[in-house]
Amino acid sequence: MPEPHAPTPAGDPTGAPAIELVDVVKRFGATTVLDGLSFAVAKGERVALIGPSGSGKTTILRLLMTLEEADGGFLYVDGEPYTHEVRDGRRVPIPEKRRRRVRRRVGMVFQQFNLFPNMTVLGNIIEAPVHALGLAREEAVARADRLLEQVGMADKRDARPTALSGGQQQRVAIARALAMDPEILLLDEVTSALDPELVVDVLEVLRTLAETTDLTMLIVTHEMQFARDVSHRVLMFDRGRIVEEADPETMFTAPTHVRTQAFLKAVLG
Amino acid sequence: MPDNLQSLVDALPRLGEGVVVTLQLTLGGAALAFVLAVALGLAARARSLWLRTPTRVVVEFFRGTSLVVQLFWLFYVLPVFGFRLESMAVGIVALGLNYGAYGSEVVRGSLNAVPVGQWEATKALSLGPVHRVRRVILPQAWALMIPLLTNLLIQLLKGSALATYILLHDVNYEIGQLRIATRDTFFSYAVGLLVYFALAYVLTLGMNALEVRAKRRVGAGPTLREVVRLAPVPTSVGAGAA
Repeated sequence: MPEPHAPTPAGDPTGAPAIELVDVVKRFGATTVLDGLSFAVAKGERVALIGPSGSGKTTILRLLMTLEEADGGFLYVDGEPYTHEVRDGRRVPIPEKRRRRVRRRVGMVFQQFNLFPNMTVLGNIIEAPVHALGLAREEAVARADRLLEQVGMADKRDARPTALSGGQQQRVAIARALAMDPEILLLDEVTSALDPELVVDVLEVLRTLAETTDLTMLIVTHEMQFARDVSHRVLMFDRGRIVEEADPETMFTAPTHVRTQAFLKAVLG
Repeated sequence: MPDNLQSLVDALPRLGEGVVVTLQLTLGGAALAFVLAVALGLAARARSLWLRTPTRVVVEFFRGTSLVVQLFWLFYVLPVFGFRLESMAVGIVALGLNYGAYGSEVVRGSLNAVPVGQWEATKALSLGPVHRVRRVILPQAWALMIPLLTNLLIQLLKGSALATYILLHDVNYEIGQLRIATRDTFFSYAVGLLVYFALAYVLTLGMNALEVRAKRRVGAGPTLREVVRLAPVPTSVGAGAA
């Protein structure tokens, strides 16, 4: 397991952070969700984002997946401008073609799974590797089988998503994201839509994943124990700002900020 | 009445030919309408204003002008500009344009009804814009749009009766001939009602079968075989979905 380490500055070709946000602004109508947010995530680092609902955590993941467009600021992946860059002193959007190249390194698992109901479990997993990465079908199937084994869903290979429980669907969704061999994995409240008894299996899969890979992970979660177990660093968000940043041990045992203390008290009881 | 029946029996071969003409118009018009509906329905969702604006204009124009007037334009006015189409071609083109415009709204609405999470998942998986629509979104939208397309198909069938006015010998025309032969208005138009009803019913059954299959493909509902047999639907279908 890589040691928690401070993110390296952008622009350095050898040690560029996996993810860097600089002065990111995001508004929804009149509401400003993120107001000049900056932070970086080092390669292989696992960062948990915690905080009350509506504090902008999910928006950060959606910006990184380009499902939302930032109103200001810059996103970098491996030091490379992702959605906007400065040209002639102005902030200009980067064309879709270049974004697509960067986007391939980023994978996401959604709260609502979003499996394709018109395909089998296997079909869901091989669709993108075959059609977006250009992998040979046999190779994609072999990869899918390996991943299904890993998430404990090998026996449901030919099932339809609608015939699976939420927890099973989410494990397939994790395998589907991993089949694209991403460098960065975004986990958006992946257990929030699950019945309590199904949460354990999904978290177990993710724990193993964290222990056995050097994937950079950005984890939005309400499962504090999970955040504590798998992350190198925890960011506490409130109203679109990082109010506290610490290693998990410190964050969960000795939070300093009053907002963090109140939040943890509310969720941990 | 026996005279009428005799006239009907005599008229059957011609009525049959009328049914063939009506079916050609209906199926040809529906095929063209479907292609247009999908193309216009997709274009209506495009981000580019250069694509969306002309699409809107085309849809509003063909939806907002009378089918009869469109038929007459294609049949009587276009030849003035040196562009002559056969009656059957005119009928198919007019029905296709008119119902394609209506259908495009059905397609657009069904595409919008596919959960936004499905679009987002395709983006997160780096699937290209064409691929995501063809492989993921359309199959799901298809299951949603069939009942509405069925309505349009039935309307198109009945709308095809206007083809009589561009000199086609469709069911409507042959019913008129039957009326002349029998001099019995009630009888001949009763036959007319029944023939159109039977055609509409067959089309409905076909579309219902398509709907069952499409739903099955997105993992919802029983198989077609189960529906046809009216066998009890196994409870395992769709169960366990959280």
